[in-house]
This record gives sequence, C-alpha cells and structure tokens, in this order.
Amino acid sequence: MSEPIRLKTPLKDADVEKLKAGDKVLITGVIYTGRDAAHKRLFDLLKEGKPLPVDLKGQIIYYVGPAPAKPGHAIGSAGPTTSGRMDAYSPRLMEIGLKGMIGKGMRKKEVIEAMKKYKAVYLAATGGAAALIAKSVKKADIVAYEDLGPEAINRLEVVDFPAIVVNDTKGNDLYQQGMAKYAR
Amino acid sequence: MREVNAKQITEVVRKLCIDSNLYLGEDVLKALDEGEKKEESPVGKEVFQQLKENARIAREEQVAICQDTGLAVVFVELGQEVHVVGADFNAAINEGVRQGYKDGYLRKSSCHPFARTNTKDNTPAIIHLSMVPGEKVKITLAPKGGGSENMSMVAMLSPSEGIEGVKNRVVEWVKQSGSNPCPPIVVGVGVGGTFEEVALTAKKALLRPLGQKNPDPQLAAMEEELLTRVNNLGIGPQGLGGRITALAVHVEMIPCHIASFPMAVNINCHAHRHKEAVI
Repeated sequence: MSEPIRLKTPLKDADVEKLKAGDKVLITGVIYTGRDAAHKRLFDLLKEGKPLPVDLKGQIIYYVGPAPAKPGHAIGSAGPTTSGRMDAYSPRLMEIGLKGMIGKGMRKKEVIEAMKKYKAVYLAATGGAAALIAKSVKKADIVAYEDLGPEAINRLEVVDFPAIVVNDTKGNDLYQQGMAKYAR
Repeated sequence: MREVNAKQITEVVRKLCIDSNLYLGEDVLKALDEGEKKEESPVGKEVFQQLKENARIAREEQVAICQDTGLAVVFVELGQEVHVVGADFNAAINEGVRQGYKDGYLRKSSCHPFARTNTKDNTPAIIHLSMVPGEKVKITLAPKGGGSENMSMVAMLSPSEGIEGVKNRVVEWVKQSGSNPCPPIVVGVGVGGTFEEVALTAKKALLRPLGQKNPDPQLAAMEEELLTRVNNLGIGPQGLGGRITALAVHVEMIPCHIASFPMAVNINCHAHRHKEAVI
C-alpha cells in the first residue's frame, strides 16, 4: 500500500484528476453532509432555477446521517450511507461543480460517466466504522434543512478524514477491480 | 399467573436499545479477529483493523458502533403464565425504544414512507410476539440498519428447483448486493413456510450466535458450502476485493405447502447487533 494522498478542500480539477481508483486519501477542510431527503430538495431547487443554500462548487458531499452528538463531542457516530440512493441526483450536482462524493457501495453507470465528464471522484469511507470516522470531524454545524433531523445538511470541519478512491475521472472502478482480483 | 409490570418491560427495552447499539457481541469480535487473519488483501486487512478499532472506541466512549442505529426490531417470547399489568404492552415497548434512542444518543431513523418526515423518536418498533410456555418474558433487541436491510429478497421458487436452486440464488443475490450491505456480512437464509413467514425465518437466522451451526447436518453442510461460495466471489471487506465477504451464513428451514418453495435472504452488516434479556 502506498502512502495516503492528502486532499485539502475545496478541490480543483487538477486535484481530482491526479487521483486513481485504489488511492487512499486523507481529507482536511470543510465537507458537507447530505443524503436522500436533502439531495431531493437541492435537485428540486435547481430544477426551479432557484439558488441552493450552500455553494457546492469545488466541494465534497459526504453521504451521512450522523447520530446525535454526546455532550463534549463534535458529532455522534458518522459513517457513510449507501450511495446508490443518491444516483438520481448526483450528475446534476456535478454539473454545477461538485467535485467529490463520499459514501459506500456501488454507483450507476450514468454517475460514473458524469464523473468523467465533469471531473469528479467517488470516495468510499468504511461503512460501519462510524465511531472511528467521527474522530476526524472537529466541528459540525447545521447549514440547511434542520427539519430533516439526521438528514439535515451539516458543514463539517474535518482533519485527515480517511477514504479510498473507488471511481476516478477516467472511469475506473475499484469495486470491479478488487472483486476481479480475488474471485475464484 | 405471574404479574409483570409494563414499566419493567419499558426499562428492559430501553437498556437493550442502548447496549445493542454500543457494545458489539463477543462472537462478532471473535469473527472479526479470525477474518483479519484469513484475509489476504492488504486493504481488506486494514478494514478489519478499522472495524475492531471502531468497536473499541464505541465501547470505551459509549457511542454508537454505527450511525445507523436502525429500526428497533423487537422479538418477544411471552410466557403464557405471565400477566402484563400497568399499561398497554405494545406501548410499553415503544416507550422503551423512545427512551433508549434518546438517552443513548442513537439516531432516529423512522420516517413516513411517502413524505419521508422523521417520526423523531424511532418509533414505532417492529414487534414480533410469540407466546411460549412458562412465566418468563424474553426480549431480544436486534436494531436493523437500512443499508443491509435493503439488500433483502423473497422468492417463491418452483419445488423442482430443489436445494441447488436455493443455493444458487443466495450466491447470486450476495454477488448483486456487492459492497452495498457493508461487507463482511452475515447472511440469513430462510427456506419454507409462506411468503411472510419465510422472510421472518431469514431474519431469525441472523439471531443465532456466530460460530454456531444449524443442528440439522444437511443445513449445516449447506451453510458451509454457501460460506465458501460467497467468499469465493472476491467481493471482500467493504467490497474492495478480498477473501472474506461473509463472516457466516445461517440457514433456517420450516415446512411449506406442497405447491410452494419459498426462500428469503436477509443480510446483516458486520455491525451484527442483537442483545437479549429475560424478565
């Protein structure tokens, strides 16, 4: 295993274009949380031509609905949710400048194609390692859709958030590569 | 007749909600140890180490193992000599869930199917009640996350497909599920019964401790073969490629109609959570 690549948000095309499927990364900076219900609202706003509550240009969305924070903690346990449910919305968000998505599980072909077209990457965090991942989150503030409870959009300040590149800007897919390597 | 106060049921459910979501069982920790040793992929080994470290942090800091603390699935075996007094039995369980998810800082994941508005207290619980002889109440809490639950299936096969038909469908289903249910997974397989009972049978198969085989030799052999075949898929920990896709396959079987051959698959992620208590 090679050393992890350090990523600082916001990301530029050059930052994501150098990433290859299988690369380990450590992310530092601001990332935004968002899952099913928040994605639908963002998507609907774009459809109506209205402004979004957060500027997603160069940003990363982390598919997570955190557990409530205990007193003295920045956030509760916060592992990734299944990304496939966001497939219907992701290409549109990449079109307006979203550069990264963190989740777990497979993406549809259309989403992988959109990553090539708009220069974006899909990263996997370890599903279920939610208490461990929460350690890299230093601050969490709700910035939109508080009424959605765990599905609200949070602005997270993270330091060395661990992830691995699954889909890069060239169309490679770590899930397929990994499975092919170990299948018998 | 033994009287059990509903308040006691609420208190037990409250504690089980918290304990099941914070403390990973010894059988699962042992399976993660064994999986790490057997795993050949370096990334896969690292995933196992992360999961063990995660379980340690959850236990020591008393935070949820996974942010998806699930819908509260509650199995109750109610002794027929027990008389529940003081409040509505179902309401007592739901009150326990309400308190447990609040006091344990657990995520509330229950919502309206169409509007997707959160019920904000993780109720209603999914309650499976069975009446048994005796004067005890056994409550098992099995929080079920959405990611693994979404990778469930029920199929009404033709009896002509036989045991091979079931085995092939299980392997094909796990393959299709890929990285989605957070491997390494535990695979629960139900065979027989009716449409609704086979699904419940698959879910109950997940309650058996890891490392314990089905006492029926034919089903034990089926479990072993399925585990090998599933692990030969190469999906590996988190779907990143590797030897260990599943920690175990559990099969449970009940008789079915002469015209039917139902089967179901219910998958649990590595956060294979369940805790029980007896009142």
